[in-house]
Amino acid sequence: MKTNEKHTREPLFHITKRSDIVWWKAWIIRAIAIISALIVCSFVIIALTKYNPIQVYKTMIEGSFGSERKIWILLQNIAMLLCISLAVTPAFKMRFWNLGAEGQVLIGGLASAACMFYFKDSIPNGLLIPIMLVASILGGVIWGVIPAFFKANWGTNESLFTLMMNYVATQPVAFFIMVWVPNGSSVMGVINQMTKSGWLPDLFGKKYLLNIIVVAVVTVIMFVYLKYSKQGYEISVVGESENTARYIGINVKKVIIRTMIISGAVCGLAGFLLVSGTNHTVSTNLAGGMGFTAIMVSWLAKFNPVVMTLTSFLIVFLQRGAGEIATAFRLNESVSDILTGIIIFFIIGCEFFINYRINKRSKKEAE
Amino acid sequence: MSNAAIELRGITKRFGKITANKNVNLSVYGGEILSLLGENGSGKTTLMNMLSGIYYPDEGQIFINGEEAVIRSPKDAFDYKIGMIHQHFKLIDVFSAAENIVLGLKENGRYDIKKVTARVKSISEKYGFDIDPDKKIYEMSVSEKQTVEIVKVLYRGADILILDEPTAVLTPQETQKLFAVLRRMRDDGKAIIIITHKLHEVLSLSDRVAVLRKGEYIGTVKTAETDESQLTEMMVGKKVSLNIDRTESENTADRLVINGLDLYDENGVKVLDDITFTAKSGEILGIAGIAGSGQRELLEAIAGLLKVSSGEIIYNNPKTGDSENLRDKTPIQIRDLGVRLSFVPEDRLGMGLVGNMDIVDNMMLRSYRRGKSVFVNRQSPKKLAEDIIKDLEIATPNANTPVRRLSGGNVQKVLVGREIAASPTVLMAAYPVRGLDINSSYMIYNLLNKQKENGVAVIFVGEDLDVLTELCDRIMVIGSGRVTGILDGRTADKNEIGLLMTGTNGGAENEN
Repeated sequence: MKTNEKHTREPLFHITKRSDIVWWKAWIIRAIAIISALIVCSFVIIALTKYNPIQVYKTMIEGSFGSERKIWILLQNIAMLLCISLAVTPAFKMRFWNLGAEGQVLIGGLASAACMFYFKDSIPNGLLIPIMLVASILGGVIWGVIPAFFKANWGTNESLFTLMMNYVATQPVAFFIMVWVPNGSSVMGVINQMTKSGWLPDLFGKKYLLNIIVVAVVTVIMFVYLKYSKQGYEISVVGESENTARYIGINVKKVIIRTMIISGAVCGLAGFLLVSGTNHTVSTNLAGGMGFTAIMVSWLAKFNPVVMTLTSFLIVFLQRGAGEIATAFRLNESVSDILTGIIIFFIIGCEFFINYRINKRSKKEAE
Repeated sequence: MSNAAIELRGITKRFGKITANKNVNLSVYGGEILSLLGENGSGKTTLMNMLSGIYYPDEGQIFINGEEAVIRSPKDAFDYKIGMIHQHFKLIDVFSAAENIVLGLKENGRYDIKKVTARVKSISEKYGFDIDPDKKIYEMSVSEKQTVEIVKVLYRGADILILDEPTAVLTPQETQKLFAVLRRMRDDGKAIIIITHKLHEVLSLSDRVAVLRKGEYIGTVKTAETDESQLTEMMVGKKVSLNIDRTESENTADRLVINGLDLYDENGVKVLDDITFTAKSGEILGIAGIAGSGQRELLEAIAGLLKVSSGEIIYNNPKTGDSENLRDKTPIQIRDLGVRLSFVPEDRLGMGLVGNMDIVDNMMLRSYRRGKSVFVNRQSPKKLAEDIIKDLEIATPNANTPVRRLSGGNVQKVLVGREIAASPTVLMAAYPVRGLDINSSYMIYNLLNKQKENGVAVIFVGEDLDVLTELCDRIMVIGSGRVTGILDGRTADKNEIGLLMTGTNGGAENEN
């Protein structure tokens, strides 16, 4: 019988799914991934810039931890990214792909800015700030609940819907900036610069401390909510299997809408923190892409809010470091983007080796 | 002695820590039918998937007609003339039989459907298939679709046929027809492997029987020299009594009265047509029918998951003596009325359980709403999970193992255990032993019997007519969404049920 040559040889590799992996093994794989990423980056650095890679890495770390001010900025950036990641997480756990955090944050921020602009210092901060908070949350909720309502009732595609709502959200912001800034520059300056009305107060003289504390509290609440509350349990059931949810009598529509209210509310809160606690102004670029980066943060942490503090640290650290080396070495921004890209690629890629085992052809049979 | 068509030597396959096949040695010759017998999870399908190129063995060799072969893909398998007929058909609904048969085949020359049709006809005549090459798949019954699958592999010139549980979806009459065809193919010199766990089929059809147990090859025996109890012992590893106790029903009362139920699916097709029956307490009511005749819809309608267009579902509450119409009520409303209705759905991991959640969280599905707290209480579900693991002998590392990691039988025990723990007054179970091994199946039958003795009205949708006639007090047969007969389980005859299933007898409409 004629036998095809290639048929008689066993494939060199075959891949099998791991049924389970010990946690420390997973972390060893992750550590190897980061080390290999840094090695690969070293070659890229040498090839592209001829700088000493160790020097470049040192600058990167200095970008985040170089001075007290830099540490505070790092923490503030982590807090904001984490806040938005927390917002998308309940929706993601329900397999509702909320790609509209960007818009929900923006509308929340716009609501705060409007309050600041119109009330000025007519009412005390003690009253104005709660009003802004409520307005922002309400804005985020409205922006989040519209796609949820359509999804629940008519089964529309939530990814497209939420994504398009982002573009819709930039329009009212652009419109109000035009109204508020009559000179036509369409750039909103700092609102209430002199009176600081509607500005979140400094805590212990630290500018961003209040933001960070608020997000830390939200992190703990979200963790408990998702893991231990009845509503969190319903979210998991709906996400895993809508049929099972129906079978045990969960009102799937209600859960979808309720969860998106929560998701939108936390986005609104992020908008409030950005306007009231950070920028004191609003622009169409308020969220600055964090609404999308948050998706990665949430996924990398497998929707666990506590792990998300680590993943958002990682992302912010890389971004800050990349910016720092770009200025310190007068490099093109693209070089630092390449480096962060390589590192993130390795970190995401190593999940494959955590989930799968690669079996090599054994020596004995290979001969 | 001539070479075996297929010979397996020392085949081992592992998935993670689980060894699905361990050192299996097996051979099949041309012109014989070999039954591959084993309980679920014994590695039958895994072994055959290695022959059809879906998996690759970790150790061992495969010889085809005496030469070592390496099968890395389904295409390699075709090149070795191995054809597998899977349990789930892979056909395109809007194509005709002939079009499906040539689909994906790279033949030289022009695409000529007439030539294909002629060849399909000649294959059909040779082996006695009953097939219309121009008929579209969506117009076909399950058994016709299966025929198309078989012709498809024969058309590709397969000499070695592997059939994975081919009779699971057939009526007794269709099974006989299939067996006749398989015998003719054997006489033509083909090697046939049939995967099954139905003992009487093994005995009536095959020449030799190979038995697997927990992935290990136990042995091969000649069918003529064996009997049911020996095969069972080989399969299970110990003697098993194959009798189901059927106690007489006592104190029966009409628990659930279904009256003139009509239901349309989302495409407007009538799937339930004037269904009327009564489920009595202390009795097992069997529902027989070809798969997809409306059994699933009926149970889901009663459970409040599907909306019926007319009819009533009357529940007589044994505690209060009240009668409630459950029609148009949601599952929550039904429970709030104090109706203790348990439901073991057909789709265990897609409906009854959440595969990615652990056993404790799956126990909680029914009970998590209890109490006013906003937080879930995992203490009592954990206790329940541990009790069920112990009582039903569920093989699991612990109560925090995701359900999808369990074997089919254990998954079902988790589900049935949870539903029974709610101490129901009505228990509906759809195909509760599908895919289960003998031990687990009998454990489920005993659990249903115990529920019956406790005065529960049990509704059991089954597929194995032998079991239905042994277990049930009454058997309702449905065909195409209509009740075609309600028989006494103690006197019902399998052939009679089979005829009612196809609707040629007793139905309002006759197929002429």
